[in-house]
Amino acid sequence: MNKISPNLEDAVADIRDGMVVMIGGFGGSGAPIELIHALVERYRKTGSPNALTVVNNNAGNGAIGIAAMIYAGMVARMICSFPRSSDPKAFTDKYLAGEIGLELVPQGTLAERIRAGGAGIPAFYTPTSYGTQVAEGKPVAEFDGRKYVQERWLKADVALVKAELADRKGNLTYHMAARNFSPLMATAAATTIAQARQIVEPGEIDPEHVITPGIFVDRIVEVPDPKQEEALLREGAQG
Amino acid sequence: MSVKLTNAQIAWRAAQDIPDGAYVNLGIGFPEMVAKFKPEGREVIYHTENGILDFGEAPPVGAEDWDLINAGKKAVTLNPGASFFHHADSFAMVRGGHLDVAILGAYEIAENGDLANWSTGPGSVPAVGGAMDLVHGARRVCVITDHTTKDGRPKLLKRCRLPLTGVGCVTTVYTSLAVIDIVASRFVLREKLAGISFDELQALTEAELVVEGAVKDLIVPEV
Repeated sequence: MNKISPNLEDAVADIRDGMVVMIGGFGGSGAPIELIHALVERYRKTGSPNALTVVNNNAGNGAIGIAAMIYAGMVARMICSFPRSSDPKAFTDKYLAGEIGLELVPQGTLAERIRAGGAGIPAFYTPTSYGTQVAEGKPVAEFDGRKYVQERWLKADVALVKAELADRKGNLTYHMAARNFSPLMATAAATTIAQARQIVEPGEIDPEHVITPGIFVDRIVEVPDPKQEEALLREGAQG
Repeated sequence: MSVKLTNAQIAWRAAQDIPDGAYVNLGIGFPEMVAKFKPEGREVIYHTENGILDFGEAPPVGAEDWDLINAGKKAVTLNPGASFFHHADSFAMVRGGHLDVAILGAYEIAENGDLANWSTGPGSVPAVGGAMDLVHGARRVCVITDHTTKDGRPKLLKRCRLPLTGVGCVTTVYTSLAVIDIVASRFVLREKLAGISFDELQALTEAELVVEGAVKDLIVPEV
């Protein structure tokens, strides 16, 4: 078993038009910038993958990462909780012009829908959003005297995540708070692609420290010096 | 209006009611200020939705690790005993009733405990983040806010007019003029500034203010 991809280009080569792509990260924390930019580069050269649905907490910042995907024109729709940032122009302009779709999902509901998707649970009930416009059209049920809203699982064709350590069997660790949505997304996607700062031999990651077990990971690619979205923004990077 | 608390003073007042040992979530922006006024001797553990318990102050400029941020995307540090977790666990802490206190800002609060704090209506990009989750689950859901809007209209209403964040969820409102609990769908006045009469306060509040027992003076130091 060897899940190692030789390079970023190969790692994202089979992502096709119209796919649902979950992308890990909360703002810049845990954002797999290099995988995203490999996808943008492929789109600029070949026109594919186009018309993607992207699942992330946010909708891009500045002109890099998801914002670069949006500027490039390859995103048809965002599923996110907070499409604002310090520089949200990429998404805002297209949204107000009606050129990009938005499914707004409360943050905890987004996380739980992804968890459910990965766990084989088609629907669940949550108190979140009951009585608000976000719950319009969704079934409501009462449990122990309180009202709850039915939400459905969320699954994806591909997940892109940023790990700290990986081994060829796909076991992953993360750096600081960078894990956020990634362990959930890895379970909910048909194909999970991880960039890792370092690929180590199986056994070098203490089994007690594995955060995402290899069964959820299909492909890994080493990116030894990953860029941080926040640092790039401060340098004024353009996509 | 001549007499009212500054935002820092509202944050100070809210901080006095956070007990020792509490697990607390502070909303993005103004509510983050509450942490500055934690009374000496109390140990409070802060939760941030993106996946940290027990984070500390901002690091010095240049020492940031941008994988170590809070929900407002600001760089933070870790206290001894901090932990990381993924988003589903983070919101299990929220919805599962494990947080003691959540403190949020507001556009409007209604006497039935409804809160509107995420959308000013059509024409903008809607963004909700974790607010709709946070108002469910914490034992106390507190709002800190100016008592009125910038142009002097009441924010404490009979019913909210803006899109709701949550139904019947607010327990206490700390304003620039008063401290008000929501009990059985009524605003119960607990404290008010000595410099404003009950009638003046009522005139700035759309819904009825109810008095149960003594109303204390709201006394806050210069901070």
